[in-house]
Amino acid sequence: MSTTVAVRNRDVLGTSALRPDGAGKVSGSFEFTSDMHADNMLWGATLRSPHPYARIVAIDTSAALALSGVSCVITSQDVPGKPTYGLISSDQPVFACDVVRYVGEPIAAVAADHPETCRRALALIKVEYEVLTPLTNPEDAITGNFSPIHPDGNIIRHQRIIRGDQNATGPIVVEGIYDIGMQDQAFLGLEAALAIPDGDGGGVHLHVATQWLHEDLSQISACLALPPDRVRLTLGGVGGAFGAREDISLQVHCCLLALKTNRPIKMQYSREESFFGHVHRHPAKIFMRHHADASGKIIKIDARFVFDGGAYTSTSPAVLINGITHTQGPYKCDNATVDGYAIRTNNPPCGAMRGFGVVQACFAHESQMDKIAQAVGCSPVDVRLINAMETGDPLITGQIMESVAPVARCITDTASIPLPEPLPQTVNELALPGGSGLTAQRSNIVRGIGWGVSMKNLMYSEGFDDFATARCTVKDGKVLLKFATSEVGQGFVTLAPQIARSVLGLDDVEIEPIDTQVGSAGSTSASRQTWMSGGAVDGACRLVREQIFKHVGAIHNIDPLRFVVSDTDIVDQLGTFRISVQEAIRGFSCSETFEHHHRKTEELDENGQGNCHTAFAFVAHRAVVDVDPELGLVKVVQIATAQDVGRVLNPLSAIGQLEGGIAQGLGLAVMEEIVMKDGKVKNPSFTDYLLPTALDAPHVVAVMIEQHEPQAPLGAKGIGEPPCISVTPAIVAAIRDAIGKDLLRIPVRPQDICL
Amino acid sequence: MSENEFYYLRVNGTNHYVQDSWVGESLLFVLRERLGLPGTKGACEQGECGSCTVLLDGNAVCSCLVMAASAVDSEIVTVEGLTDGNELTDVQQSFVDQGAVQCGFCTPGLIVAVHHLLDHNPQPTEFEIKEAISGNICRCTGYGRIFAAVEETIKIRNGAKQS
Repeated sequence: MSTTVAVRNRDVLGTSALRPDGAGKVSGSFEFTSDMHADNMLWGATLRSPHPYARIVAIDTSAALALSGVSCVITSQDVPGKPTYGLISSDQPVFACDVVRYVGEPIAAVAADHPETCRRALALIKVEYEVLTPLTNPEDAITGNFSPIHPDGNIIRHQRIIRGDQNATGPIVVEGIYDIGMQDQAFLGLEAALAIPDGDGGGVHLHVATQWLHEDLSQISACLALPPDRVRLTLGGVGGAFGAREDISLQVHCCLLALKTNRPIKMQYSREESFFGHVHRHPAKIFMRHHADASGKIIKIDARFVFDGGAYTSTSPAVLINGITHTQGPYKCDNATVDGYAIRTNNPPCGAMRGFGVVQACFAHESQMDKIAQAVGCSPVDVRLINAMETGDPLITGQIMESVAPVARCITDTASIPLPEPLPQTVNELALPGGSGLTAQRSNIVRGIGWGVSMKNLMYSEGFDDFATARCTVKDGKVLLKFATSEVGQGFVTLAPQIARSVLGLDDVEIEPIDTQVGSAGSTSASRQTWMSGGAVDGACRLVREQIFKHVGAIHNIDPLRFVVSDTDIVDQLGTFRISVQEAIRGFSCSETFEHHHRKTEELDENGQGNCHTAFAFVAHRAVVDVDPELGLVKVVQIATAQDVGRVLNPLSAIGQLEGGIAQGLGLAVMEEIVMKDGKVKNPSFTDYLLPTALDAPHVVAVMIEQHEPQAPLGAKGIGEPPCISVTPAIVAAIRDAIGKDLLRIPVRPQDICL
Repeated sequence: MSENEFYYLRVNGTNHYVQDSWVGESLLFVLRERLGLPGTKGACEQGECGSCTVLLDGNAVCSCLVMAASAVDSEIVTVEGLTDGNELTDVQQSFVDQGAVQCGFCTPGLIVAVHHLLDHNPQPTEFEIKEAISGNICRCTGYGRIFAAVEETIKIRNGAKQS
């Protein structure tokens, strides 16, 4: 069922160093943001719109204010600074003032002595609405038949890609229209924050679970009309993120209540509120037509993408570009015509979620690859191998693939993983689709095998000056690392000390508080922190190592350029001198800060041409599923995967990322969807939004392909997103293989299989 | 309940005085917000995710579904009460060693659930393990390392028995 990973003596790079916060997390003493308290604290809560689209005629807060225990009620009129925020476009109101554009849009917030008082106060706020007809179908926005629901219009972004011969075709033409449902990040640790006012009304300290402290800081301080140095952010313990904490949720509200009441405010969303309080994965409709030669080689791809961005921009423009620039997947393609839209609707705002636009593209292109294979009569493996991208290939954007690109090896290494044993005739019911529901009969079960392969860009794109900062200090015989990198569970707090130990030869490494008292680390997203913040920590430690070499060189009269760190010693490469680093730094202290920037990228031109991405990673997945065709139930038996990781820096962390991503991809394949009707969310709870449990978890067999990436500071690629991308189409392909139906939407529901 | 009413809850072997509690406060809320025991987490308020698992008279329950006042006269054990001092239990240590912890929000509930499982069924089968923790949702790990941690604990306990 699992493998045991050994721990080595020195927790340097390449070892399965253990989490420094592990003991706290297993014993319950690790402080998540929702666990925080402050003396004299009040609770905050948010009033949200029940309508997807309505004009606010009047808001009466007097009854709420009169309730015993209520300290204040705030609305849009109480926002002293910028009335809106947003990651890319500042188009989302802190509180709606004239119009509400989605169910759950914040209208007011209260501060009171007890969460229950807050709930009662919210119920006493009277909002008079003039209900409007919501725009819920993105196609209505594209046709222009619907009046703008926002001053910025209904089309958030439109971009095409025109590459090569626009009339190219071949003997094989396959096409499909694919639908991707709205997935929720469903982190376990609900949104929470504690805002503590400075007392003079001129500043606030916010403890918050977020992915990007500095971006939050700049958006919050603008809304509060406070200078950025009067708003301090400290990372509270984060219970998972997966993209949902990249946007502002309760940050501004919490600070406003704290400043207004001059008392600490704690806010924490319920699960239901969380479904309305953060962005989701974009639902998308994708048309794809592949032209191929008789052997199955891709000649041209035509595609049209429509991403439903919901009411506000969030990261929709970037998600769109990610989606359309991954139209080809990890395959060679010289000719393409792609049209893509990110649309504003009165559905919930959508933004970042693990995979960021590529998940949607991958479901379409992988479904298409199987159609090509079927049309030419070759196997799903062969069609992918003959098209497999290599380093040096041009992409449909004209960008040359400069990353290590072991696509063929991902496929062949995955294919080499043994298939699971056939399902025995007599079997524990928990092994059957439907599991403990005891619904499926063994005799009905059909097994299927399917493939998915993906390409994913790493880091930020389109000319964004993406960087991360870290400071390394050597003092009193130990190493202190300072950065603003959000630890959301991925394990950067494990990796950073590993880097320091490897570079410096010192083992005693501490991480200073993660806050905004150092330069930005950028976001914990886009599979970027190992590369970016890892690069920054590595750079800062190397600068400190130079200082130590100079210090030792001056004392012992040796040219510092002759020194290297070997294990825990400083060694003169040209002589016999050797001293332990610990000994060498006795009485010595120094501190260095380093900013790691990745290479420059460009914006796309009007034809979608340009070096817009930084680097890429690849992975293959093979899924084996058991299906009950009569009941429409699926059990994912095994996922085999070979992932291009560059270099494994921590085997235990790496396998955790792969297995965790696979479970999320499984969720999108067969379970997870925020169900919308007329702009309203029908299932905002864990009772109705189904997540994979231990009984749904497939047996994962993983191979990590280590070909060091020369552009990456540590040779390692980001590994967080790829696992959840191509596993979804692999599972759907396996279901198709089992039942022979052309499944065109995810998640695949029982009725899609059995009706 | 008026403000001067109070009751006692017996948590981790100690009587805790609960005053000014509103009717309807869940055991989860009282543990976290009134008794200073935030180790137990809340993530769904519907008994679906298991983050708030505690032992109530030896049974693993979702504390978000138990009204605090109804737990008077029960023995309650939270994640904080599984061990006396700073030492980790074998289950806790295996979770750390096997990489079963990422964000860690589901972890306290899982730790309680696994203790409950192994106390009642020291040699569970693969399916018994999966079923026992299927009420505890983990969004980060995909469960692979959690299975490894449970197996490691069983192995260590078996080894200790043999020696």
